Amino acid sequence: MSRWVEVRPGGYHDSVTLMRVSRAVSERDGVDGAMAAMGTPLNVETMRRMGFDVPAETGPGDLVVAIRARDAAALEAARTALDGLLGEASRVPDRGGLLGEAPAARTTASAAARAEATVALLSVPGPGVFPEAMDALDAGLNVMIFSAGVPLAQEIALKEAAARRGLIVMGPDCGTAVVGGAGLGFANAVRPGPVGIVAASGTGAQQLMCLLDAAGTGVSHVLGVGGRDLSSQVSGRSALAALAALDADPGTELILLVSKPPAPRVADLIREAARRLDTPVVFALPMPGEDDLTRAAETALRALGRPVPRWPRWPARRRPAAVAGRELRGLFAGGTLREEAAVIARAGLGWDLEARGHSLVDFGGDAFTRGRAHPMIDPSLRLEALAHAAADPEAGVLLLDVVLGFGAEPDPAAALAPVLAAALRDRSDLAAVVSLCGTPADPQDRDRQAAALREAGADVYASNAQAARRAVKLVEALERAEGAPG
Amino acid sequence: MSGTSGAERHPLGGLLTREPVVVTAGVDVLADALADQAVRVEPVDWRPPPPGTDAALAAVLGAPGRAEANARAVGRMVTARPHLVDVRPAREALGLEPGAFLHAGPPLEWERASGPMRGALIGAMLLEGLAETPLGAERALARGAATFEPCHHHGAVGPMAGVVSPSMWMLVVEDAEHGGRSYCSLNEGLGKVLRYGAYGPEVIERLTWMGEVLGPALRAAVRRHGPLDLLSVIAQALQMGDELHNRNRAATSLLLRELAPDLAAAPEVHRDRAAEALRFAAGNDHFFLNAGMAAAKAAADAARGVPGSSMVVAMARNGTDFGIQVSGTGDRWFTGPANVPHGLYLGDHGPDDANPDIGDSAITETAGMGGFALAAAPAIVRFVGGEVPDAVAATRRMYEITLAEHPALQIPLLSFRGTPVGVDVTRVVRTGILPVIDTGIAGREAGTGQVGAGLVEPPANVFEDALRALAETA
Repeated sequence: MSRWVEVRPGGYHDSVTLMRVSRAVSERDGVDGAMAAMGTPLNVETMRRMGFDVPAETGPGDLVVAIRARDAAALEAARTALDGLLGEASRVPDRGGLLGEAPAARTTASAAARAEATVALLSVPGPGVFPEAMDALDAGLNVMIFSAGVPLAQEIALKEAAARRGLIVMGPDCGTAVVGGAGLGFANAVRPGPVGIVAASGTGAQQLMCLLDAAGTGVSHVLGVGGRDLSSQVSGRSALAALAALDADPGTELILLVSKPPAPRVADLIREAARRLDTPVVFALPMPGEDDLTRAAETALRALGRPVPRWPRWPARRRPAAVAGRELRGLFAGGTLREEAAVIARAGLGWDLEARGHSLVDFGGDAFTRGRAHPMIDPSLRLEALAHAAADPEAGVLLLDVVLGFGAEPDPAAALAPVLAAALRDRSDLAAVVSLCGTPADPQDRDRQAAALREAGADVYASNAQAARRAVKLVEALERAEGAPG
Repeated sequence: MSGTSGAERHPLGGLLTREPVVVTAGVDVLADALADQAVRVEPVDWRPPPPGTDAALAAVLGAPGRAEANARAVGRMVTARPHLVDVRPAREALGLEPGAFLHAGPPLEWERASGPMRGALIGAMLLEGLAETPLGAERALARGAATFEPCHHHGAVGPMAGVVSPSMWMLVVEDAEHGGRSYCSLNEGLGKVLRYGAYGPEVIERLTWMGEVLGPALRAAVRRHGPLDLLSVIAQALQMGDELHNRNRAATSLLLRELAPDLAAAPEVHRDRAAEALRFAAGNDHFFLNAGMAAAKAAADAARGVPGSSMVVAMARNGTDFGIQVSGTGDRWFTGPANVPHGLYLGDHGPDDANPDIGDSAITETAGMGGFALAAAPAIVRFVGGEVPDAVAATRRMYEITLAEHPALQIPLLSFRGTPVGVDVTRVVRTGILPVIDTGIAGREAGTGQVGAGLVEPPANVFEDALRALAETA
């Protein structure tokens, strides 16, 4: 076995690029393990766990590359491949000619000076966001901050600076926006329409825009505000700016506001602001006593005088055998989709879900995304968890979301369907339900994804709430079987 | 809101009404997703700033009024109109007393002074008659017989060692826009010269002649001519292939063209002496360097003292330390060890003979010339170790760390784009791009003189230290 570790000071690449390079090298014949990553404490620890000897003085500004291979020849080939992939990733497009290549902009200020831009989309690590965001605001650009991990005080300072300039900061931790027809971050290809969405929740916004698209209606704009915007500290600064902007937008006839449960005082503030607008506002807050996202979409359609369709579904052909006492295993990529499913599951299965053995996990949560990409980009962690859950004899119903659109992995069913099919083939008592958030125009093609997942044996729903209800019903059926004569 | 402001017609800067164009910084998949939708993307090649600088960057960049302070500082720098108004001995122009000397760079003690700096001070002692022999001069200096301070503390700049003694003649430059005054000594030429630390008899002889003949002749010419617009000379020279630091051939010619008629017509200058002066100046392609430095100093000083500004107003080296001063932190120096330049060497000299970086001439880069204008000087790119695209790349890289493009100083090769001007400390720290400085290379042994020329970078810590100082006041 040959090992090789090299520290390259200053050789920066973003984490997604490095993960892709790592994966490509790991999958090479003769390679037993490979990782290329910035030398953050977390990455260094991971490498050490993989058995690599990383020098103690390695810092977060250093690129660390490590390969373990069958023999020296395989190692050498892997090293060459790795350097090739990294070189490709750092290539700057040639715009030069005789005078050489124009160097890439190194700050947001520099890039903003090169184009009449309308918005900056920032996904650099959280601690590096503030300078870039201030650059954008100073240049008159709105800002969408995809990154999490931006200190709260900086979020407030940025939003105050934006307000002074008549601009908006979408985020931090804002996964989704659609402006002027362009999807920023994770966004679906939806038809233009009269509904504007203000979203403190990325997957919540994606669910709404996909349902509206399925209803033939579509959206005008989706303005994300970030997961913390409706907290008591940030006090809805961006949500208020977004409401005002959509109210002034002639193409927006109705506004949908979607958020995980907001701070009560802020919820009141937002409702009060919404009442003063000329444009009607419908709230989609997945919490007990409120409309779920599907009902909110239906309310919006009725308010616009448009028909509410039967939401697309692709039921499985197989019928799982009922076995008593089995548990629900929810494995989500979308935080709000998990939240909505949890509210529905509690209503059906009891408030003490976890005590009854049921679980609903958000793999897009901080604990799972620190130092690695979101499950919508890199599904490997969730796929492992899925195989694990399927092997658990206590598990009776698997509930998953699959979120399509720009920015998401190119063919999620390609990896997911075989794992599901294998799990269901081995266990006639196991059921799977998939909440499929996407549109026919998405790059992944919703209907093709649905067909593959259904073929694997899952019930597939376009409505996350309906998927959750189906899963609850399957668990209830299993529970009823407990009382039935054996 | 009342009235119909632009903000009301186009809320959020037109975000919902204009064709989306997106600046992206971070993970490539998000930029690729936009490209897949045929949305125009302007990508940032982002790299993380050095560890431990996040908080200071946030404090400085989040300080209210910072953008306005920097706009004001760089605005004053590029609107300065330096004119050559007089030529006078340092004792008159600067009130320099016998036994007092000025030197290049940040403050320095004899004990830490490098070979060329010591050599130049020895030469100045000999010139002023304060010592009979080099050894006597060295002993006197070591026991503190003379005082020396940075040129920068007196509105002056000096190339290489930058040593100024009371009898040396100074160019006097006045900023017609903001009213400041700046000074620089007269250029001695190349080879064995005081500013490179040489102090042999020919050096002292030349300096004596400069004091007796060249200084008075130039004074007569400049006074007859009236204020001479240096920015105009610099702007023209940039379009004739000078970058005003390592190449001053065009600017020297232009200056002499301006002054020669007045020198010829000055009744107080004897014809022979006028001819000697003209021949000397014409035989030195760097004769204009010192005038350009004084002009740059006037522009940089106009930008000093703007509270909250993170713009660099001085970069200077004393042969031991590299120092910068920043508009928003007053006269405080931020220093680090001076680097050894990379470049070409004269004769059989090599890198082992080179002294660390020395001189106030980085004031030209501070004001948007020199290395920042390399793209204007293709004739010297081989001399500084590269090809034309390298020179263009160097200038283009400097736009990443500067606040403005100079409205008067233009680069033909870049379609008359203004030179990058006004180094922003925060941009240097964020990007890790250091200012590129053209420079001569002095021999490390006192008395050697020039051994080469090339490019040098400041130590990165000076910008991080300045950033932290700015953060404390933010």
